[in-house]
Order: sequence, then C-alpha cells, then structure tokens
Amino acid sequence: MAQQSIGSVLVPAPGTKYERYARRPRRFNLEKWAWIYMRASGVLLAVLIFGHLFVNLVSGEGVKQIDFAFVAGKWADPFWIVWDVLLLWLALIHGANGMRTLVNDYATRPALRRVLLGLIALATVALLVLGTLVLTTFDPCLGATAETAAAIPQCAIK
Amino acid sequence: MPPRADRAPSAVSLIWGIVATQSTAAAPAQPKRMGGTLYRGREGMWSWVLHRITGVAIFFFLLVHVLDTALVKVSPEAYDAVIGAYKTPIMGLGEIALVAAIGFHALNGLRIILIDFWAKGAKYQKPLFWTVIVLWIVLLAGFVPRQLMHIFGGA
Ligand code: HEM
Repeated sequence: MAQQSIGSVLVPAPGTKYERYARRPRRFNLEKWAWIYMRASGVLLAVLIFGHLFVNLVSGEGVKQIDFAFVAGKWADPFWIVWDVLLLWLALIHGANGMRTLVNDYATRPALRRVLLGLIALATVALLVLGTLVLTTFDPCLGATAETAAAIPQCAIK
Repeated sequence: MPPRADRAPSAVSLIWGIVATQSTAAAPAQPKRMGGTLYRGREGMWSWVLHRITGVAIFFFLLVHVLDTALVKVSPEAYDAVIGAYKTPIMGLGEIALVAAIGFHALNGLRIILIDFWAKGAKYQKPLFWTVIVLWIVLLAGFVPRQLMHIFGGA
C-alpha cells in the first residue's frame, strides 16, 4: 500500500480507475531548473572552454608560455576577466550539480549522502569565493621591484 | 538502512556492469545482439558511461586548477613554480588526456542537448554519437601534434 507522507497528494493514476500518491507540486521545482541549467550552461561552456583552451594551450607557445606575466597580460583586459568569471561560475555550478546527481545515484546510505553533498557544496562555495576574489582583486604589480615595475605601464604610475 | 539488494547500483556494480557486458559480448554462444536490449552495451550506454567518467574527472581537475591559479595572489614566484609542473613531459601528456576528456564531454553534451530539444534528436541518437566520435578525433588530430611540439619541441 502506498504510504502517505507530508508532501504528497492523491492524483489519478493514468490508464487506471485508481488514484496514487504523488509529490505535492512545488512552486519552485529544483530538479526542473537543474535540468535546464545543465543544458543552458553546457552550451555556454562549450564556447568558453574551447576559447580558454585555444588561447592558453594551442596559440603561441602553448602551455610553456604560461607564467605570471602571461596571466597579468590577459587580465590587463577586462574582456578576459569577464570571460574567466563566467567560466568559473558556470563550470563550478555545472560540475557540482553533476556530482550531486552521481552522489544521489550511488551513495544510498542517507548519512553518507548528506556528508558527500555537504562536501560538494562546501568546496563549490569556497572555490567560487576564492576564484572570484582572485579575478576581481588581481594586482599585476605584486612583488614587482623598481626596475621590473617600470616595464609594466600600470605599475609605473604608482 | 535498506538491505544490500534493494539499493541503487554502486560504483563497483557500474564497473562490474562494464566488465560483464564485455564478457557477454565475447561469449561465442550468445547471439550477436542481446534480444530486446536497445540500450545495454550499445551507443546509448557507452556515451552515458563516458559522459559520467569525463564529467567527474574534469570536476576534480577544476578544483585543483582554481587553487593553482589563486597563487597569482601569493607571489609571481609561487605561481611560476607551481605552473612549471604543468610543463613537464608527463604533465604534458596529462593535458592531452584532459583535453580529450573535455572534448568528449563537450561534444557529447551538445548531443544530449540535441536529443532533448531537436524533434528528430532521439531518432538520430546513434548517428549523432558517431558524429561526436568523428569530431572528437578531428579535434585531437589538431591538438595532439601541436601539444607534442610544445612539450618536446626545442625552444
Ligand atoms: C564543455 C561544455 C560542457 C557541456 C556541453 C556539458 C554538457 C552536459 C550535459 C548536457 C550534461 C547532462 C545533464 C543531465 O543529464 O541532466 C552534463 C553532465 C555533467 N557534466 Fe557537463 N558539460 C560541459 C562541461 C562540464 C564541465 C567543465 C564539468 C566539470 C566541472 C562538467 C561536469 C559534468 C558532470 C559531473 C555531469 C554529470 C554526469 C552524469 O549525470 O552522468 N561538465 N554535462
């Protein structure tokens, strides 16, 4: 026999003359919006990630060109800061929600599931805060000496 | 806690499922196609397995990648020292694996979106899967030589 819980209502069971219990319709359906978010962010991420990989790994000297000066050069342009902020938020939330799906599929012990979901949420929030701070407070003059600062226009002004 | 048999498949049974499908396919007495099975052991299942594995791998890389990039706030020396690790030959091969994983996940993700929103998407899910594989090979054919040149090529 179906069990009635607090959030459930009786609805007609399709194709029968009976009724069954279903979850009470919510005003905000998390699973529906998560489903839509995975697809919307997926399309944007495809553009953002391939652009990111092309500029950093394919063009120029590829991975060997990456150092502090390379990053400072990119983030001197607000275009790349906006690009990277979008990449950070879209990818982390997309990945975290995907991991939530996996935990719900495989971690069947309620206590373990709660711990794993908590860890995913914690890591995601911490890295969103850290990454956003890094991108919005970046200082190209960090650690620059008198001579090296002269070579970087923004640093010479000070 | 429900008894073991009532629980959803665990990671172990996912792996076992992969092994079991392969051994079933190899057994000579079995008919070529499992009767009535449209999903198991076919394009639909493999694209799902690969999408899951690549998604998890990319997520863990992303966690590390946000942390290593945050070193630009510590000092240029700290950042350069840690990023130097990405330039070694072994890590260079690791980056090929990473691009391969992201490439598959991105292309197959677009396939999932087509299946969901394009009226004929579900009908063409198999040709779409093989299109993903072809585009993925083209992507890697472009990236791998370039990356090998960067890592092993002289200055
Ligand atoms: C490059 C562009 C990307 C596209 C087009 C894309 C697309 C998708 C789609 C359509 C799904 C299925 C969601 C569902 O079934 O409801 C998905 C799942 C997932 N994605 Fe992505 N994704 C992309 C990038 C990423 C990135 C960067 C990460 C990691 C940070 C990631 C991690 C995951 C995970 C863990 C899942 C769950 C897999 C599962 O439920 O089996 N994806 N992705």
